[in-house]
Amino acid sequence: MSSEEIQETDTEARFEFKKEESSAFQTEKGLTEETIRVISEDKNEPEWMLERRLRALRLFQEMPMPTDWPGQPDLSEVDVDEIVPYIRPDIEARGGADNWEDLPDEIQDTFDKLGIPEAEKQALSGVGAQYESEIVYQNMKEQWEDKGVVFMDMDRAVQEHPDVLREHFMTSCVPPSDNKFAALHGAIWSGGSFVYVPEDTTVEMPVQAYFRMNSEGMGQFEHTLIIAEDNAEVHYIEGCSAPKYSEFNLHSGGVEVFVGENAHVQYSTVQNWSRNTYNLNTKRAICEADGTMEWVSGSMGSKATMLYPSTVLKGPGATDNHITIAFAGEGQDIDTGAKVYHNAPDTKSTIESKSISKDGGRTNYRGLVHIADGAENSSTAVECDALMFDNDSTSDTMPYMEIQESQVDVAHEATVGKIGDEDVFYLQSRGLDDDDAKQMIVAGFIEPITEELPIEYAVELNRLIELEMEGSLG
Amino acid sequence: MATLEIENLQADVGEEGGETILRGVDLTVDSGEIHALMGPNGSGKSTLGKVIAGHPAYDVTGGSVTLRLDGNEFGEEIPEDMQEWDLLDLEPNERAALGIFLGFQYPVEIEGVTMVNFLRTALNTKLEEREELFEEEEAEAEAEDEEEAEGYESSPMEGPADEGEIGVAEFQQILQEKMELLDMDESFASRYLNVGFSGGEKKQNEVLQAAILEPEIAVLDEIDSGLDIDRLQDVSDGINALRDEEGAGILQITHYQRILDYVEPDHVHVMLDGEIAKSGDADLAEQLEDEGYDWVREEVYEAA
Repeated sequence: MSSEEIQETDTEARFEFKKEESSAFQTEKGLTEETIRVISEDKNEPEWMLERRLRALRLFQEMPMPTDWPGQPDLSEVDVDEIVPYIRPDIEARGGADNWEDLPDEIQDTFDKLGIPEAEKQALSGVGAQYESEIVYQNMKEQWEDKGVVFMDMDRAVQEHPDVLREHFMTSCVPPSDNKFAALHGAIWSGGSFVYVPEDTTVEMPVQAYFRMNSEGMGQFEHTLIIAEDNAEVHYIEGCSAPKYSEFNLHSGGVEVFVGENAHVQYSTVQNWSRNTYNLNTKRAICEADGTMEWVSGSMGSKATMLYPSTVLKGPGATDNHITIAFAGEGQDIDTGAKVYHNAPDTKSTIESKSISKDGGRTNYRGLVHIADGAENSSTAVECDALMFDNDSTSDTMPYMEIQESQVDVAHEATVGKIGDEDVFYLQSRGLDDDDAKQMIVAGFIEPITEELPIEYAVELNRLIELEMEGSLG
Repeated sequence: MATLEIENLQADVGEEGGETILRGVDLTVDSGEIHALMGPNGSGKSTLGKVIAGHPAYDVTGGSVTLRLDGNEFGEEIPEDMQEWDLLDLEPNERAALGIFLGFQYPVEIEGVTMVNFLRTALNTKLEEREELFEEEEAEAEAEDEEEAEGYESSPMEGPADEGEIGVAEFQQILQEKMELLDMDESFASRYLNVGFSGGEKKQNEVLQAAILEPEIAVLDEIDSGLDIDRLQDVSDGINALRDEEGAGILQITHYQRILDYVEPDHVHVMLDGEIAKSGDADLAEQLEDEGYDWVREEVYEAA
């Protein structure tokens, strides 16, 4: 097959042709170089991106599956070879269902209970047509463009901003060598978003509306790259509480954030994966002098989640704030946390982690704070609170600290408790029934998170937790 | 008008081999009456309050707690077969819906829940629950089914789904009035429920909650402990208003005569070893203040 032929045919026909031609690789098991080439070719990617994908694939193949972390979720059911039909653009079967009716009942049910409008439901759940609020998006886009802000999907960014991407895409922030699933992500990533905010620029409105309504932004292997230049400010919101269903059970996203000097980035995410999903992500920020990075994450759903957003405080005076919440119901193992590297003097970090476990679910806080030799006058405060509903549920806390500098201020607090009978009775004696009382206590428990979110997300998150607590979600 | 009638009430701590605390309590409290319940520590006063409200930590082993309502209550006709309620059969929230209120000796702190949100939710839930209790059983079951099938009616983008019977604006007004009555600062409304409240503020807050929920019968457990004199006055004003303006019956558990100078009791009862050992009028409280409980004990044992 020559390259001329390719240029003459449209994409679909090209792959039709390929399918016919090479029945060989249809029977071929597993994720191979061939598959990566097909993906890259389908996206019409430049050579350098293909090279990066292939290098990531080699790393993925070399690296062992993580199995030796203390108390880590069981990943033995993750079979990456099964992924192939879902990522090869030439194979019909895709991740989502084709019709709303084909989705599992519990997913449909959750959408109904969340009160999400019909058109949006279809897009959010990954069914068929995209739903976009064109006018809203168009207005925002014009405003941003006037300021020099770039906001587009990653696939397009590879074409239109090759220099910036070559420099920042999975290089210094999240290299594919970081961990096995970062390597996998580097090989097969698709979709996601690219945000660039120039010096001295503030993006007023949280950058969310578009991605809330566009399924492109929320794939299973999406990559997000945010660059905030010096003195820039942006609040980026990703995902939503609507359940994301896919037949293939792995989500492995990547997020890279570059925070310039005195810049401020807030990255908020509320995600709710269907109960068959393994949610294994790598998210990291690099923060220059006097910059501030804020992570706000709500991890809901999934069979198992491993997610530890990390921040490298590279410049003096840089600050990191983490707020995370995790909810584990029956059969769920939610292993989340935070990592902060204090690599410069006068750096500050705070980590606030809240977890709720119910009906035998397990949550674990796994965190690392590293204060390097020479990072004097740095401070860190870690607070982990776990709330358990019953004796069957579990909550663990693993807050590792590596402190190499003596001139630092380190604080750590952890509370683990069952939901208080006396608290429930107090509210009951005022007229709330048992469920409402518990819901109110939980809503209060996660209030530090919800107050960071825009109102509609906060409302959805609260509703979602109500539904989880009623045990009415699948 | 309502009557709380406690007959021969017996209760143990709800665990294996749990201690017996109440050993046959008889007590009747009518709307509009103020009763003071006194007695030494460990005599069972607080337990009685908790058992009336339905605390799960106690097992009732005998006797009854009955609430009798008039034919006209909550601004509605109450059919004859719904005037008498066996409270021991009901959940704590159902008892609250019928007009039982317990002011806690040690109110709990609930993080992240603002006073205004909590109080409005409680009031609306109480009204809703009451309506359900008075509906025929069948109709109730239907209503529940319907509710479940409906799910949320609105999109989250359109704001809160359920305003409840009392809307935000209306509630703000109710809250403001009651807070003025108790001389509470406006800033209380946006604070988290009891979190960081001083002992006195917590007690004030208990009375505020009673004022908003408008109970038929309020049991106030040591509402006067930890209050300075100014706040004692405010809290007393609140309790008197419950009786005078809302016609509530009050069962006030206390160790001290002090509050009874401000909230004058119609009846005073002394509890000893899980029973009402002696009842009398306001003079009895004064005598207890002067002479302690020993003479009551002696009197009881002599009689026995």
